[in-house]
Amino acid sequence: MRTLARGQAVTGNAIEARGLVKIFGRQRAVDGVDLTVPAGSIFGILGPNGAGKTTTLRMLLGIVDPDEGTRTLLGTDHPLDVAKRVGYLPEERGLYPSMKAYDAIAFMGALRGLPLAEGRKRGRAMLEEHGLGKAADKEVRTLSKGMAQTVQLLGTLVHEPELIVLDEPFSGLDALNQAKLERLIRAQADRGVTVIFSTHVIAHAERLCERIAIIAGGKVPFTGSVSEARDRLRPQVRLETRSLDGPWRGALPADAAPEGHFWHFTLPETGVEPLLRALIEGEAGIQSLSIERPGLHDAFVAIAGADAARQLEEEARQETADA
Amino acid sequence: MRELLRASWVIARRDFAAIIFSKAFFFFLLGPVFPLAIGVAAGSIGGQVARDIDRPSFALVMAASDSEAALAARTALAEQLGEGRVPMLVAMQSDAPEQLLAATQDTRFLGVLTGSLADPQLIGTAGEIERWQGPLELLVERARKGEAAAPARLATRAVAQSSGSQEQGRLVTAQVGQALLVLLTMLLAGMVLSNLVEEKTNKIIEILAAAVPIDSIFLGKLFAMLAMALIGIACWAGLALIAITLAGNGVPDLPAPATGWPMFLALGVAYFAMAYLLLGSLFLGIGAMATTVREVQTLSMPATMGQLLFFFLASFSVTRLGEPIELFAVAFPFSSPFAMLARAAQEDVLWQHLLALGWQAAWVLLLIRFGARLFRRNVLKSGGGAKRGLIAGLMAKP
Repeated sequence: MRTLARGQAVTGNAIEARGLVKIFGRQRAVDGVDLTVPAGSIFGILGPNGAGKTTTLRMLLGIVDPDEGTRTLLGTDHPLDVAKRVGYLPEERGLYPSMKAYDAIAFMGALRGLPLAEGRKRGRAMLEEHGLGKAADKEVRTLSKGMAQTVQLLGTLVHEPELIVLDEPFSGLDALNQAKLERLIRAQADRGVTVIFSTHVIAHAERLCERIAIIAGGKVPFTGSVSEARDRLRPQVRLETRSLDGPWRGALPADAAPEGHFWHFTLPETGVEPLLRALIEGEAGIQSLSIERPGLHDAFVAIAGADAARQLEEEARQETADA
Repeated sequence: MRELLRASWVIARRDFAAIIFSKAFFFFLLGPVFPLAIGVAAGSIGGQVARDIDRPSFALVMAASDSEAALAARTALAEQLGEGRVPMLVAMQSDAPEQLLAATQDTRFLGVLTGSLADPQLIGTAGEIERWQGPLELLVERARKGEAAAPARLATRAVAQSSGSQEQGRLVTAQVGQALLVLLTMLLAGMVLSNLVEEKTNKIIEILAAAVPIDSIFLGKLFAMLAMALIGIACWAGLALIAITLAGNGVPDLPAPATGWPMFLALGVAYFAMAYLLLGSLFLGIGAMATTVREVQTLSMPATMGQLLFFFLASFSVTRLGEPIELFAVAFPFSSPFAMLARAAQEDVLWQHLLALGWQAAWVLLLIRFGARLFRRNVLKSGGGAKRGLIAGLMAKP
């Protein structure tokens, strides 16, 4: 059991949502979402833009009310009642341009109950800690985009929340800052803080998350650990043979696809041993054989569909180009 | 409630500091100076024209020979000093000269010069006596030149303002108060709108909405803007006071309101606050539905026009105290502050103001709650439905 900095034990679920529905006009933006986020875990909501990630997070936080369904946040179904224990970084970043960096952090803390003087003190210290000490007294409008994003992130953390909700936190960050943010998220989780974030980049979810929810078209077809998602698919076998044809071919599974001397197929339910025996007896001349566990990308394709996966890839590519 | 107030305070403190310590606030303070300067210039020209057309007149009630001498002296003095510096005299016959000042009589006379040239008497209100005694003594002295060497001394008799003219005066005070109230309200309440739109442009609004109730965002913004408006008004009032002091007698006196000046001014501030909060909360509701400055302008136009209509309603009912139309203006929240200020000028019953302020405050809270609901429903959403129209937004299920 992990413990928060202030000594509170991390137990139970930080978030529980059942059958969340949000309708905008004629569109069901979120359509029956169930989520359970264990306290102290890093949880990712993975899906392409427009899948319903932001609306789901807004409903969880009480920014908008669901049309159907229930949700509890840190044990209450009135999320604003526990706003002081929550930190939120929205997808659309925003700060008052004329505020000084340390003051912007303090203001965000003050919104969530931290006394302004304490927020200013912590703001300066946090900026110093993140290499932005010299920017503390600068107005937000004069900061670079990356610096402003860091300021906003620090404002999300300044009141030492138990639950941090980040909407597309990696969006717009270069590789260096993405790595920094990953470290920061891990550090928060190590303190016992629950982190839930949305992303359309599979790699972030795969690297960081203990549990994920895959969302597409407003629905969540999968929620569980990354490992469980990958286990949805059978491992893939890559076989290289000396011989191109022979009686051994009959031993290959029906989905085996040739590519020169290579064969690709799904590992049979019976395992690899009977297949190996048949290949040897049939003199296939095994040059190499590898069994690969499917990645989260493959699992995403299988769970959310090829279209959603294509969209996800395109968005990730676009973002890399922008960064 | 405590949390709501705490959050409102955080929002208000930020907004207030951001406005007060900005360069724009200095220009905001300067804002009314330009139209005021034009107004003063135009007023001074207009005043000169008015003085030329409508000269101060006194009734002259004396024996025929004395009247003739006084009129001749007036003509001679006017040639030497200028027309504006010597009051007009109108020879009249009356057994009771002070009756000429009664409300039912011709009210164009500022006073009555009566008695004889040897023993002249000036009848009028204390203010007019103080203002015109000197020039009239000069006139009498001139009229009796050759007959008496000593300078003339007018015996004076001050009369109270007639009840009719007092009512008339309070009506003027009521109308001036109303006009000032609507002017300040409309000038300042629009700033709430631009503030909220700025917030949306800065994309701060989601951070606020995730941390505190939207009601407290609206409440905080309203009170920050109200505080800023009151500071602006205090500055302008200070400047006006200096201008009035410098102008001396050049500024006309407003008749004292029924509640007395201190209470009337206190009620004026309270009703300004209510009118401002009512219109501001309505504008916030509109701002909650708009996403661009253009939309704000389009949506706020009917509200501004409506507010003018309510002012006209209150203004129309000012002479109809107790009649249904006036009672409606008092009860209808958007005209209530104006109608009640007019009542403060004309009636000295204080309990009704407590009741009205409570009623108006309840409407402010109701409008804030309504605006907050609209905001949650119409603004923070993603997906294709986000662009639906205002009517669809209003009709949507909560």
